[in-house]
Amino acid sequence: MAKRKKLVLVGNGMAGVHVVEHILKLAPDAYEITIFGKEPHPNYNRILLSSVLAGDTDMKEIVLNDWDWYKQNNIQLHAGHEVTGIDPDERKVYTDSGLSASYDELILATGSEAFMLPLPGADKEGVIAFRDMEDCEAMIDASKKYRKAAVIGGGLLGLEAARGLLNLGMEVDVVHIFDHLMERQLDPPASRMLKRELEKQGMRFWMEKQTERIVGRSRASGLRFKDGSSLEVDLVVMAVGIKPRMQLAKASGLQINRGIVVDDFMATSLPHVYAVGECAEHRGTVYGLVAPHREQGAVLAKRLCEVETDPYTGSVVSTQLKVSGVDVFSAGVFRDEPELQSIKVQDEWRGIYKKVLLRENRIVGGVLFGDVSSGPALLRWIRNQEEMTETIHGELAGTPSTAAAPGASVQAMADSEQVCDCNGVCKGEIVEAIREKGLTSLSEVTKWTKAGASCGGCKPLVGQILQLEQGDAYDPAEQQKTPMCSCTTLSRDEVVEAIREKGLTMVKEVMNVLGWEQPEGCPSCRPALNYYLGLIWPEKYEDERESRIVNEQRHANIQNDGTYSVVPRMYGGVTSPAELRRIAEVAEKYQVRMVKVTGGQRLDLLGVKKDDLPKIWDELGMPSGHAYAKAVRTVKTCVGADFCRFGTQDSIQMGIDIEKKYENLYTPHKVKMAVSACPRNCAESGIKDLGVVGVEGGWELYIGGNGGTHLRSADFLCKVESQQEVLDITGAYLQFYRETANYGERTSHWVERIGVEPIKQAVVDDENNRRHLLERLDKTLQRREDPWKADAESSDVRQVWYEEKQVSVQS
Amino acid sequence: MNALFIGTVSEIPERGGKVVRIGELELAVFRLSDGSFRAVENRCPHRGGPLSEGVVSGQMVYCPLHEWKIDLTDGKVQEPDFGCVQTYPVEVEGDRIRIHLDGMKATG
Repeated sequence: MAKRKKLVLVGNGMAGVHVVEHILKLAPDAYEITIFGKEPHPNYNRILLSSVLAGDTDMKEIVLNDWDWYKQNNIQLHAGHEVTGIDPDERKVYTDSGLSASYDELILATGSEAFMLPLPGADKEGVIAFRDMEDCEAMIDASKKYRKAAVIGGGLLGLEAARGLLNLGMEVDVVHIFDHLMERQLDPPASRMLKRELEKQGMRFWMEKQTERIVGRSRASGLRFKDGSSLEVDLVVMAVGIKPRMQLAKASGLQINRGIVVDDFMATSLPHVYAVGECAEHRGTVYGLVAPHREQGAVLAKRLCEVETDPYTGSVVSTQLKVSGVDVFSAGVFRDEPELQSIKVQDEWRGIYKKVLLRENRIVGGVLFGDVSSGPALLRWIRNQEEMTETIHGELAGTPSTAAAPGASVQAMADSEQVCDCNGVCKGEIVEAIREKGLTSLSEVTKWTKAGASCGGCKPLVGQILQLEQGDAYDPAEQQKTPMCSCTTLSRDEVVEAIREKGLTMVKEVMNVLGWEQPEGCPSCRPALNYYLGLIWPEKYEDERESRIVNEQRHANIQNDGTYSVVPRMYGGVTSPAELRRIAEVAEKYQVRMVKVTGGQRLDLLGVKKDDLPKIWDELGMPSGHAYAKAVRTVKTCVGADFCRFGTQDSIQMGIDIEKKYENLYTPHKVKMAVSACPRNCAESGIKDLGVVGVEGGWELYIGGNGGTHLRSADFLCKVESQQEVLDITGAYLQFYRETANYGERTSHWVERIGVEPIKQAVVDDENNRRHLLERLDKTLQRREDPWKADAESSDVRQVWYEEKQVSVQS
Repeated sequence: MNALFIGTVSEIPERGGKVVRIGELELAVFRLSDGSFRAVENRCPHRGGPLSEGVVSGQMVYCPLHEWKIDLTDGKVQEPDFGCVQTYPVEVEGDRIRIHLDGMKATG
């Protein structure tokens, strides 16, 4: 085999890694690949940072290629090392940390950085950009301490940052220098509608305001504008634009202009050095969007693998705002000009605006607001410079009844046309996957082809392709419905109803009768069915241990190395010297790796071997804290009236009472509670599934709070006077949640889905209903037992579920 | 090839797995709902998760750490993930379970 050439990529972002992915497909053995990345993460999807900030997505979920991917493809990755020098004669690159690497071919994909306005005070603490994971984390942290955020910049990035900050519970003011928002993508009417919509969501706007300085001592405390007015803030996010990162190219003598200048094959002015993505300038344009980078990358990859390719001649770009509840799409030319014809639909009642611009009857651009379903088609027409026809007009302007048959334009698409620009998936691949794998739902298509898995903008189009393939079998209502899991097409409600109606009493029976695709289910539906059956038949259902996931099977949390962690129950977070001594002795005897205090005020023994679990429980002699389960977990308390100068109520006793009353109760997801004795909220009652706050003469109850990735402050439920009312409303609330939530749905999502008012009605206002809820809850409470005690006492269970077998051998 | 006695049927949970250590080797032995048994190396190819602790569905097991789905009969990881685990033939004689391993001899 010929010796592999050395390929070095500088920049571990989406554009550069995409070229590498492409090369691995075209010529897997051609190159020995080395990648340098400045950020200490594997390659991630930067477009989805706004969803991370919005709390919809976890940081882990936006990783595109994890560490294993680099390993599996024999790619040498240096994450956290910045390349600072290129020696074109020696063909070597050098990093700030002293590394170096030789190359035969070098790709620069150094991306861009946030443009920071050179304002006085811009270097103060509390002034950040919105560009990478670190910025995202900084905003999430700031939202925990501060209330008022200002975003400078009313463009795409600024508005997405602002929406994220609103989700984090901050007050948000957006400062924009121009008289309308997203002026680089929207015309004035669309921009006005956007502003109105965002104001409804709680954003405040300061239009035509130029910031003069950021004031404050060491930390930013306000903005001063040129017109003399000012604004108080705790956090300033600058989102005025990005600029190509070119220091390296500049220092190495490459030709640069607004970006690194490249030709139609992405070659720079130095031989064997190429550039793609946000750092590259092609025919005078620097693109800040993913789709053009993909197109550039495809050309470069082919070039490097010596596969014939057409030159890259530039891209038509489209923009979509990723802000919940606001649909905005823009592509090509969007401003009215005298020589252009336009077609406009402006429906303020429905909040819909559509505009398509024509040059000599050919489609050159457009803006959609409120209904962006024709976005992908519009982009296609612009790319193909399609002529305006009756059919297209009907599809754009018509109401559903007069519109041309849906799918007509999809049918006309060539197989090679790209549908998902984020992941580079074309129509042919989608059609093939649907046919070969027999896919029937949008979520399946997304799972197999990755089309629609990133920004989601192409989902309507993917749906139309699916619809075209399925013909009459396609049922739009069916597609709207969320199935319980991939083993069935039935929703949670349909399954629960069938269990009641048909009197189904076993997991296997449910799957049989309801025609599960996988006859024994999966880790999503089996635990859910087990839970629903227990809920519906509290007095007779026998819990099915093999349908629980490992944590609930072993009553301890499995850790990444296969050991477990054990959290004994400590009611209200209170323990005693004797209990502490016992915990310490057990921890020593079984050599646990760490003893740690949890966020819920309990002690966690980490690193326990599976076969030691029953012995530890036996020796602890304390009940299970259920730290592993979808169940009532801890009730966190402050020290309250007993000790605190401000405490108005005995929060510790209240916490202990709630925990003793409802411990061992399984729920759709974990339930964390807290009791604070005054509104200072030392027990963090404002971010719990149920929070109780003691006030003079009574207690306030709060619901649906969450301190996790989806930070949500709890909603006020009611104020009551007696301790008994606190216990009763808590119980009724728990039972109402148990009966109406989807398995795996936290109260924060549940409250948002069904609303605070219906919950208040069911558990506070309607006393009759409250009593019935409590009666049903009681039936479940009567049957509960401590799982640790039960398992530790049964030698059969210990042997089957916990003990390992040793078989000795001779070699 | 040697057949090694590793235990009795009732020691393995129904639709569940058990860890069996043979010298250096760590196996996961499963009892499926049809009453048959499977044995595989107890390590998910992804992050080394203990497959013995996974949810068993038909002849598939889902790794307890990140839910990779593995066919216990041929050891293959199911799409969209990929890889495979070593499988070992199992036979049941009455109540006794035997495993076939190459190059190892039982002592007891």
